[in-house]
Amino acid sequence: NPQRVVSLLHKAWALYSVTPLFRFSRARLQNYARLLRVQIGAELDIKVVLSSVPDLRGSQQDQAAILVELSQRSQGSPRSSEDKLVWSGWFCSVCGDELSENMPEDFACLPLFLTNGAETYTAIVGNWFQKTFDCCFRRLSVSPLNLSWMAAMWTGCSVDKAASALELVFSVPRLPHSLDISYAIHPEDAKALWDTVQTTPGEITQEEVDVFMDCLYSHFHRHFKIHLSAATLVKVSTSIASLHCDGILKILQSQYISGVLMLLTELAISQIK
Amino acid sequence: KMQRRRISMTPKHQKGQTDLSSWRKGGTTDPEKSLKILQFADGEKNESQEVSLEQALNYFANERGRVLLNKSSVLQKHLAAVETIGLQQGLPPEGFEILLSVALSGRFVDAVNTRLLKSLIPASEIPQSSVITAVSWLCVSKCSDNVQLLFIKWLITVFDFIDCKEQLRALYGYFFSLLQDDRMCPYVSHLLYLLTRKENVKPFRVRRLLDLQAKTGMQSHLQALLSLYKLFRPELVTITLPGKMKTYFRNSDGPWKAAINAVRQRKQQPSPLFQTLFLSTSQPRSRKRKWNVQLVIPASSANTNHLGGNRGKSLDLNCQKVSFPVEQLQTFPQFLQNIHQLELPAQMASVLTNPLLLHYMNCVKDESIYLRLYYWMGQMLQEECTWCVADNSNEEEFKSFLETIYKTECFLQEGFCASAEFLCNCLPLWDGCCCRSQILGLVSWIPPSIFSEIGSQLYDPLAQLFFTSSLYFKCSVLESLKELLQNWLNCNAVHLESELNSSNTTLSGLVNLVAQLIHFVGWISTAALRLEHNSMFLMFFILNFYETVCDMYLEYKLPLLILPPAGVFYTALLSMDSVTLNQLCYIMYRYRTNLVAAKENERSKKKILQFKFSNRTYQEYNQYITAMVGCLWTSRVFQKDIHPQGLRMDDELLEKTAVKEFKSSFNVVHHPAMMCYSVDFLKQAYPDDTTYNFKLIKGKKWDWYLQYLYAQGLNGLKVFIESSINRIS
Repeated sequence: NPQRVVSLLHKAWALYSVTPLFRFSRARLQNYARLLRVQIGAELDIKVVLSSVPDLRGSQQDQAAILVELSQRSQGSPRSSEDKLVWSGWFCSVCGDELSENMPEDFACLPLFLTNGAETYTAIVGNWFQKTFDCCFRRLSVSPLNLSWMAAMWTGCSVDKAASALELVFSVPRLPHSLDISYAIHPEDAKALWDTVQTTPGEITQEEVDVFMDCLYSHFHRHFKIHLSAATLVKVSTSIASLHCDGILKILQSQYISGVLMLLTELAISQIK
Repeated sequence: KMQRRRISMTPKHQKGQTDLSSWRKGGTTDPEKSLKILQFADGEKNESQEVSLEQALNYFANERGRVLLNKSSVLQKHLAAVETIGLQQGLPPEGFEILLSVALSGRFVDAVNTRLLKSLIPASEIPQSSVITAVSWLCVSKCSDNVQLLFIKWLITVFDFIDCKEQLRALYGYFFSLLQDDRMCPYVSHLLYLLTRKENVKPFRVRRLLDLQAKTGMQSHLQALLSLYKLFRPELVTITLPGKMKTYFRNSDGPWKAAINAVRQRKQQPSPLFQTLFLSTSQPRSRKRKWNVQLVIPASSANTNHLGGNRGKSLDLNCQKVSFPVEQLQTFPQFLQNIHQLELPAQMASVLTNPLLLHYMNCVKDESIYLRLYYWMGQMLQEECTWCVADNSNEEEFKSFLETIYKTECFLQEGFCASAEFLCNCLPLWDGCCCRSQILGLVSWIPPSIFSEIGSQLYDPLAQLFFTSSLYFKCSVLESLKELLQNWLNCNAVHLESELNSSNTTLSGLVNLVAQLIHFVGWISTAALRLEHNSMFLMFFILNFYETVCDMYLEYKLPLLILPPAGVFYTALLSMDSVTLNQLCYIMYRYRTNLVAAKENERSKKKILQFKFSNRTYQEYNQYITAMVGCLWTSRVFQKDIHPQGLRMDDELLEKTAVKEFKSSFNVVHHPAMMCYSVDFLKQAYPDDTTYNFKLIKGKKWDWYLQYLYAQGLNGLKVFIESSINRIS
């Protein structure tokens, strides 16, 4: 059901890394939904649905993604189609072989967790998973180095529709008022720059990313006499996706969902190991 | 004239007694008065002996007839006993039947009944039968309305303590009928909320609730019950209910909640065994907590029962017999009895503060256990490390967490991989101050297998911190490295015993690892002695380390012998205090013993321990021993030493120092460290001589002097001289 995966687009997702789930069984999704329902409490009229989404995975070794949806029953109509989705969470693994290779059978590896909705629900669902499957959730934090990789990689991706600007947000702390610098580059210019830097198509090296970023920094310096390399890169926005260092993601193009999630799976795994 | 006498018109109350007539009013007693009665009971102790719970229960069971409180001190006494025991330790299960029956049967006045109900604090659990008996008394309405209400409130508060609720659930209909009483309705609704199951939701009950609602208006407790009914049978409850309600039920915990908590806290005083092992982990301060982080996890069983969809039947997924829930595990005998039915906790992290579960973890060889614990510990350490993550500022909590891990490693006598990896990551960023003793403690438990991979990443930051820190830090590091060495050696010794022919590769790997560690310590010790100006305190820790090193062959069966570096040896030899010198002598004696034993084993061609130390080792030892003997004994301190960093000096150079007797200036009589002893000896041998003529100590007096030294506790010197020196007398 490709509809499901498309629901990832255009929403702000908070990212977590999740350690392997112990004795998680796909046959029991309905039971889990019921137990989660009890956990949330009888006061609130919330419906809980857990479903398996096999479309969202990278290789055959990956487990199919698990989607958790909390919806509020609409007043007046008992039909489920009118329910309002209040919270959703995705457990997924896209090319997470590094983690799942030598994992014993009892463990399910779904290292990346995306959530959209109120934090209170995230806490309830997360706590229930932690207690039931003995796993650990941690907010995914993205270093400036990794953000610059994203910037380079996503700039290189071609989009059919009119692309939006490449925007980099830098934070300059330790000033009396902390300063945020937002640097937007015309997408075609950025792509042109990247195309000159990248030598082998399909392969990216650290040097190429460094050159790309240095070009952008020196251009900025020429105009504003500010060394952006001394500031901290906190957010990257491209027409493909945007990512904040605190682990907040927005995906904007459906054909790159897999690619973006693959990068983030890698980051999640490095946070677990 | 008749004298007017003052006649006391007040009733004859004894001083110190409270006004007991207030009890006659049969109202609710407030806690203050209860306290006064307790004090009163204490006061009466001298009159009558203390009443045991058994006696009190007997009394209540057998007492017939309406007894008024203020008339019977016997009643007061027994009542006070029940109260005291209830509030302090909680009542045992067998007490509830009697006391509930008494309270609800109306035998005594309301005041007594109320006090009894208020003291019904469970020590462990409440047998269902006692509650059923109580409810049956409720049916005949022998007690007053207030007492009935109090009983319902009590039932709600202690609901979780009732051991089984099947029969109670069977009485659902009766409880439902109590809803018609306006006063009881809120509390009965709460009770029903706790009892309701799907099969209890019947159309007529729904109608009844809706009727009540129509009569009294939408009350939150009715709403609660209706919502619950709707959850179970949505088709029967078609009205719409408002979505969000914070609390449905008024807090009807009454006087029991605090008492239950107090009893439970007293119960949870860890037993002496636990207390010596584990510090009471301080409760996390209520700062804005991340929802995903919990450093202290209580043991709770995995809810596999629910997963099977079989509620009420205690079967696990394989339909095996009932398993022993982890929460009830309190004592070691219990553990032994139930070891085959024990189930692992839902979150492995809970074993950290539970010695019994740690024993169990040791027995069950299951890879998934270690993996679960490994991931949790690794994530928590990374997440909560106060110096690796910018926002974390709660040092106390993290320190307590590290302490728990360290104590668990000491208990299990082995280290965790997760903590070793954490050290590898965090040591380069560590300032050497934060959580110092915990971090150094964890360092001493790094397993050899992990150390071989990450060792190089640990040596550098450790050395950096070592050289730039205080004397005390240096000593702490040396101590922890000594313990690290000992842990490795113990681990190896255990392996040798269990597997007779352990593979040579692991042994040689360990030998390399140990050699690397010892050379590292030798290097930092030499530099440290210079930095700290040969501090005696530092030297003590260094020589302590070498005390372990010198005996590796004989004590721990590890075929390795490494002598201390010259910077340590000569500094110790020429030190100014006898403790150091004594220690050095002992160490050299042990080296000799080990070398001799190795030579003998080699000659006798014994299978075990057959190992040949290289010639270089013997040469090195010989160099040192020559220097030492030349120094302490033969008065040829500056001649004999051929060590490149040794004491050899030409006579011409020495004469320039203008010291008269330089040849004997470092022997056991003249050595600066021994000077105090030789002076003392001379004082005792020649009390009248005020010139300290050390030349007098020769011949027989030399022997006496040696005996004198040995008597002063210089045992190291003794064994060294006896083993290494042939005295030609």
